[in-house]
Amino acid sequence: MLAAILSLGCIGMIAAVALGFAAKKFAVEVDPRELAAMEVLPGANCGACGFPGCAGYAKALVAGTIDVNQCPPGGADVVAKLARILGVEAAAASPEFAVVLCQGDNRKAQLKYNYLGLEDCTAAQRIADGPKVCPGGCLGLGSCQRACPFDAIEMTAAGLAVINREKCTGCRKCVAVCPRQVIRMAPAEATVHVLCNSHDKGAVVRKYCQVGCIACQLCKKAAPDAYKIENMLATVVYEHHSEAAVAIAKCPTRCIRDFAEGYPDGSALLPADADKPHAA
Amino acid sequence: MKLKTFAGGIHPPDNKQWSSHKAIEDCPLPTEFVVPLAQHIGAPSVACVEIGQYVAKGQVIGTAKGFVSVPVHAPTSGEVVAIEYRPHSWGPSLPAIVIKPDGEDLWSTDLQPSDPDNLSTDDMIEKVRLAGVVGMGGAAFPAHVKMSPPPEKQVRTLIINGVECEPYLTADYRMMLEEPERILQGVGLLQTVFGAERVVIGIEANKPDAIALFEKHCAKTAFEVVSLHVKYPQGAEKQLIAAVTGKQVPSGGLPMDIGAAVHNVSTAAAVTDAIVHGRPLIERICTVTGPAIREPKNLRIRIGTLLSHLVEVCGGLAEEPGKIILGGPMMGFTQLEFNVPATKGTSGLLLLRMQDVDPRPEGPCIRCARCVQVCPIKLLPTTIAAYARRNLSAEAAEYCAMDCIECGSCSYVCPAAIPLVQAIRYGKAAILAKKRKSP
Repeated sequence: MLAAILSLGCIGMIAAVALGFAAKKFAVEVDPRELAAMEVLPGANCGACGFPGCAGYAKALVAGTIDVNQCPPGGADVVAKLARILGVEAAAASPEFAVVLCQGDNRKAQLKYNYLGLEDCTAAQRIADGPKVCPGGCLGLGSCQRACPFDAIEMTAAGLAVINREKCTGCRKCVAVCPRQVIRMAPAEATVHVLCNSHDKGAVVRKYCQVGCIACQLCKKAAPDAYKIENMLATVVYEHHSEAAVAIAKCPTRCIRDFAEGYPDGSALLPADADKPHAA
Repeated sequence: MKLKTFAGGIHPPDNKQWSSHKAIEDCPLPTEFVVPLAQHIGAPSVACVEIGQYVAKGQVIGTAKGFVSVPVHAPTSGEVVAIEYRPHSWGPSLPAIVIKPDGEDLWSTDLQPSDPDNLSTDDMIEKVRLAGVVGMGGAAFPAHVKMSPPPEKQVRTLIINGVECEPYLTADYRMMLEEPERILQGVGLLQTVFGAERVVIGIEANKPDAIALFEKHCAKTAFEVVSLHVKYPQGAEKQLIAAVTGKQVPSGGLPMDIGAAVHNVSTAAAVTDAIVHGRPLIERICTVTGPAIREPKNLRIRIGTLLSHLVEVCGGLAEEPGKIILGGPMMGFTQLEFNVPATKGTSGLLLLRMQDVDPRPEGPCIRCARCVQVCPIKLLPTTIAAYARRNLSAEAAEYCAMDCIECGSCSYVCPAAIPLVQAIRYGKAAILAKKRKSP
């Protein structure tokens, strides 16, 4: 019994000494700035910076091969902190949010067939170009929600993806995974968007969706600089986003929405200033 | 006596009683033929006629593009009224040649019958190619390509596939009962082309009359008729070879790698037409069946016939279909509408009712391993599917996703209703896409 305690104790001591020695001799020199950078980065490992995780970005920052403003989820706050750590000047990249350019949920848009299969938008798209008649609309199977590292995407009960502007960090993972390219990036301050992604002629769109853009040009007439109509689809010219709101009331299919006033029908999300009174 | 078979497989109810006793009927010609240029594996044909042009039955209307491609021919005499994108059974709309029949149904005068004894092997293969013959089991692989293995891969065993393991389908069965001579002449021609020492005709034991008939016809020949244990997918190429020869086609390999080749009985008949009569492939037998059709039939149809016409010929729908399938219920293609044409590979049109469709949403995998037990290729379907749906294509490839024959046995037995074949197909597409990007 005593022999056992002593012998194990000795083995333990030898191991401790060996490890202590190894810790000193084989220590990896890490630039303290790298550790500091990793402290301030969000730690979501989303890859928006183009590097494998926050550790990868920190390494590249210290190596001097990348700018400090490449982390959209970090925002201006992190840019400033990284600039201090690395001793550089930095201008923040302008923040962007992702937006799903569609309002055609199951109540408003026609289905081609009843889809029974993998709950994945890319898988569904491979079957006769997706269950929706509209070739550009949101399929509502949630691949974007699953891809979002920040839990910023809501799938409404009627099958539409809606991105929460409070939580979106602009990492673009949803944009990459959507098979219909219906999610686009827009400057954070732009709150008005045309929520349609179909380039079909107006008469055709009317048949398969109640809230699709029919390219009637009334928005452009109301706010000529704020809208452009290309290939039978209107889009907001984001440089002139502040002029776009006047056209919302003119749109006959109500496909233009100001997210400052509210999220699409069926969404449980509330706009940022929901508790402030605003004009009716 | 223990019948030959392969490992794995399932026993779905064969549902052949709807149509197995119905002799082949000629389908009356429709008023419009929509002949797609893409009907086979390989490059689609290229249109070689113009709008307004008169075409005779059997005249070339689309030429082959490259080696793995075949020409396509007019199914009847008439006028080319359009060459445009039309709905296609594969999903998207694809280019097709639209022909309005003139009612005469006159064969082209360019057809050249031959005496096979006067033809070289290369001549015979060329005649098969010019006739647009593709595998009639459903895969529609250009037959002349299969008949041209590289010289170092000598085919010693030619297997003729009379198995028809898909439930509901009885097209090959009726062909065997009604046209055995036409099939056997083709078998002989195929044997000559391949130079095969051994010829085996494989028929599943649920067709005893066909087996007896072929045994009788083959009595004076060296062809062997082998009765096979009834199990799905016995008619799949690799499983048929395993059952008949006891040998396995290696992973990623082809039957010719182990000296074997498989051809469907209807393909053999088409080979006879091509070589002996100089007739191109413009018609085939199609089983229209299922609980939602009024009169199930085995129809001799021309390519380009719209499914709506087939439904009409079979007395119309008994009720609103829950699912429309081209082919069999295991590996057929679900259709969204009847406005698509039948092609060279359309072995069946299956109309199922709403109650025949399983609407269960998928549940989590419970590791019961039923999918592993039934997989005829001895893969791990649940593992491959799991990797595939997480976009881990390298891992999916390691588990041999590319060897999956998509037979559907795994999806059929899964108690959690996981769409395994869909997930594996998704994975295979991702693997191929990666290969194309960085070969």
